[in-house]
Amino acid sequence: MFSCSFASNRLTSASSCAAFHLARRLVSTTTTSMSLRSPNANDFQELSKRIDKVLISHDAQTLLKYNADWTGHYQGRSKIVCQPQSTQEVASILKYCNKEKIGVVPQAGNTSVVGGSVPIQEEVILSLERLDGIVSFDDENGILTCGAGCVLQSLQEKVASYSHLMPIDLGAKGSCQIGGNVSTNAGGQYYYRFGSIHANIIGMEVVLPDGTILDLLSKIQKDNTGYDLKHLFIGAEGTLGVITKVAIKCPRLPTARNVAFLACESFDMVRKTLTCAKDELGEILAAFEFIDEQMLDQVGNRKKIPVKHGERNYPFCILLETQGSNDEHDMAKLESFVEKSITLGNVVDGTLAQDMKQVNDMWEIRESCNPIIREIGYNYKYDISLPLSDYYDIAEEMRERLVSKPEALVVNWGHVIDGNLHLNIITPGDFSADEQIIALIEPFIFESVVRRGGSISAEHGLGQSKNNYLGKYAKKDDIVKVMKLLKSIFDPNGIMNPGKFLPSTK
Amino acid sequence: MKILVGVKRVVDYAVKVRVGANGVELKNVKMSLNPFCEIAVEAAVRLKENKAASVSEVVALSIGPKQCQETLRTAMAMGCDRAIHIHTDLRGDYMELQSDSVAKLFQKVIEEKEKDVDLVLVGKQAIDSDCGQVGPMLAGYLNWPQATFAAKIDLDGDGLMVERETDQGTETIKIAKLPAVVSCDLRLNEPRYATLPNIMKAKKKKIDQFQADEFDVDLTAKNKVLEVFEPPARKEGITVDNVNQLIDKLKNEAGLLQ
Repeated sequence: MFSCSFASNRLTSASSCAAFHLARRLVSTTTTSMSLRSPNANDFQELSKRIDKVLISHDAQTLLKYNADWTGHYQGRSKIVCQPQSTQEVASILKYCNKEKIGVVPQAGNTSVVGGSVPIQEEVILSLERLDGIVSFDDENGILTCGAGCVLQSLQEKVASYSHLMPIDLGAKGSCQIGGNVSTNAGGQYYYRFGSIHANIIGMEVVLPDGTILDLLSKIQKDNTGYDLKHLFIGAEGTLGVITKVAIKCPRLPTARNVAFLACESFDMVRKTLTCAKDELGEILAAFEFIDEQMLDQVGNRKKIPVKHGERNYPFCILLETQGSNDEHDMAKLESFVEKSITLGNVVDGTLAQDMKQVNDMWEIRESCNPIIREIGYNYKYDISLPLSDYYDIAEEMRERLVSKPEALVVNWGHVIDGNLHLNIITPGDFSADEQIIALIEPFIFESVVRRGGSISAEHGLGQSKNNYLGKYAKKDDIVKVMKLLKSIFDPNGIMNPGKFLPSTK
Repeated sequence: MKILVGVKRVVDYAVKVRVGANGVELKNVKMSLNPFCEIAVEAAVRLKENKAASVSEVVALSIGPKQCQETLRTAMAMGCDRAIHIHTDLRGDYMELQSDSVAKLFQKVIEEKEKDVDLVLVGKQAIDSDCGQVGPMLAGYLNWPQATFAAKIDLDGDGLMVERETDQGTETIKIAKLPAVVSCDLRLNEPRYATLPNIMKAKKKKIDQFQADEFDVDLTAKNKVLEVFEPPARKEGITVDNVNQLIDKLKNEAGLLQ
């Protein structure tokens, strides 16, 4: 898939390859800490003495899987990938790199969309993939303890065999690993129902940059003894330490799972439907997502859209899921909610999944949004949080801004129930970044989000894509100061994911 | 043309079934319209939408517990005009109620209740019992022509031209004159989603109810189920380090090479 190689690492040339392109952001924003040095062949020898499996290569192609990110916007130049198989090995790696002042990029599934999981320069990659063992599953309490390198989907399958559910689900489940999910405080479609990762992680094992292993694992849920350190690492994007094990609370598998695919004429109606859903469905409401017409048009080229207005897509479609312990009860509630929505005129059309195949097909439509636009052209990706009153206004604002660029389509989808919008601007057929388009989008979109009281990164995080916006558009200076203080306590040499998450120093 | 469509309520295809003391555990398990029956319903509705077929009505028939009415509502939401529910609490997954009795019940409905049926559409088989027998048995009892595993159905004069899928390829059968029985296979069509307005309309459509034992049909199982068990767990595969190891294992462990 990645067919072009980089002769030079000067980031000013913009070569356009079919599936791969660098964003101009790399030129202006990220520089790694001056006190760190690049690893060399001797470091490779030393690391190989300490752990069982280390890869080294000077050929960009061999380590491309680790160096290149999923969006195609970022590529590092690491020549060394460590593949530890135990927490001890992780500790050895960090201890060595900390002493030698070599940058380390912890990497799980490498599904970050903000360039958080690939090196910026030649930092050593610490892959968690071999820490993929299940330590235990406590059936009665629903507590899963496992290695950070376990793929989310395999965990979902594993706990399903014990009649439990993972509290998170996202489109990247086939590749992302739980350690990465926890490090980025991943959101996903069940955020409303089960809460954030902060609410569901009951323990973890984490290795600090100096090699200290902190055993914060737990078998129990309530423990008010001391500062709850694990919460610092949740969402820290690998900048304070490396998570090696997690203990996560799993809800019981619902016996009844139903999905409705609904169509609305306006976003106002989507909001009304959401309120009605909360009232009528109550405790069985599990997920409420939306996709707009422009995105449905793109999906419709590849998948069957369940409800259409003749040949056209409706302006907005909602994907709604209920979960419960009694199918008859849930279906009755769902039918009464749907009837009410139609009678009130909030919903103009829709369908209820009649079997699990239809349930999966409908979710496929929602989950395929990201992968589909990646194949179409360049993606200018934005992941924002807004109060619902402003939620779709921003999409319309962007369309107005881009009126002079008709080749740029603004396509939207998201976890509307959480106020989280995935706003993407795509240029079908054109895989190169257009400076003019960027100038029309930024910084306007960030200023607009801030003005409306929203967040410029709802769930995707900062990585190397948005870290320099932290102080400008997200948090005030005094807050950033405290964050930097925290970083300096855990990672005084700045080896963990240099140049990311916090604003990079110039 | 009047069409009768058989619809069966079965364990949802996506469910991982478990085997208990009395066979497959059905308690609290998600049940849905049998996928091949869904295809049969779609075929019936498409014929109705085809003016040339002159379909007067499509009637859905289901045999089973009271929850079959949900399955019939789905069929009506897809476009069937009305439905018949023959109530029985006997298990339809081969454990109690079997194909012969089902075929005879269909025959009774056609001979006594819905006397002017021109075409019976059924799924080629149910995914719980996997028998594939009701269609052919019914045709035999009624002495009607039949075409099974239909992948394409076209009107042809007073009859039908049916393409059926076999392991050797496609076979085309001309049914000269209706009435006939046709069973539907996967490639016949892609069933539509039942849209909300239709789901709501379906609630008002008529379901005629009968008890299975009010028909003069022997409902006892002709075949006795001796044992139900899960297939042995698939053994985990291994990775080998090189081609020599692969050849060694193929030769000495799998016995596939001389």
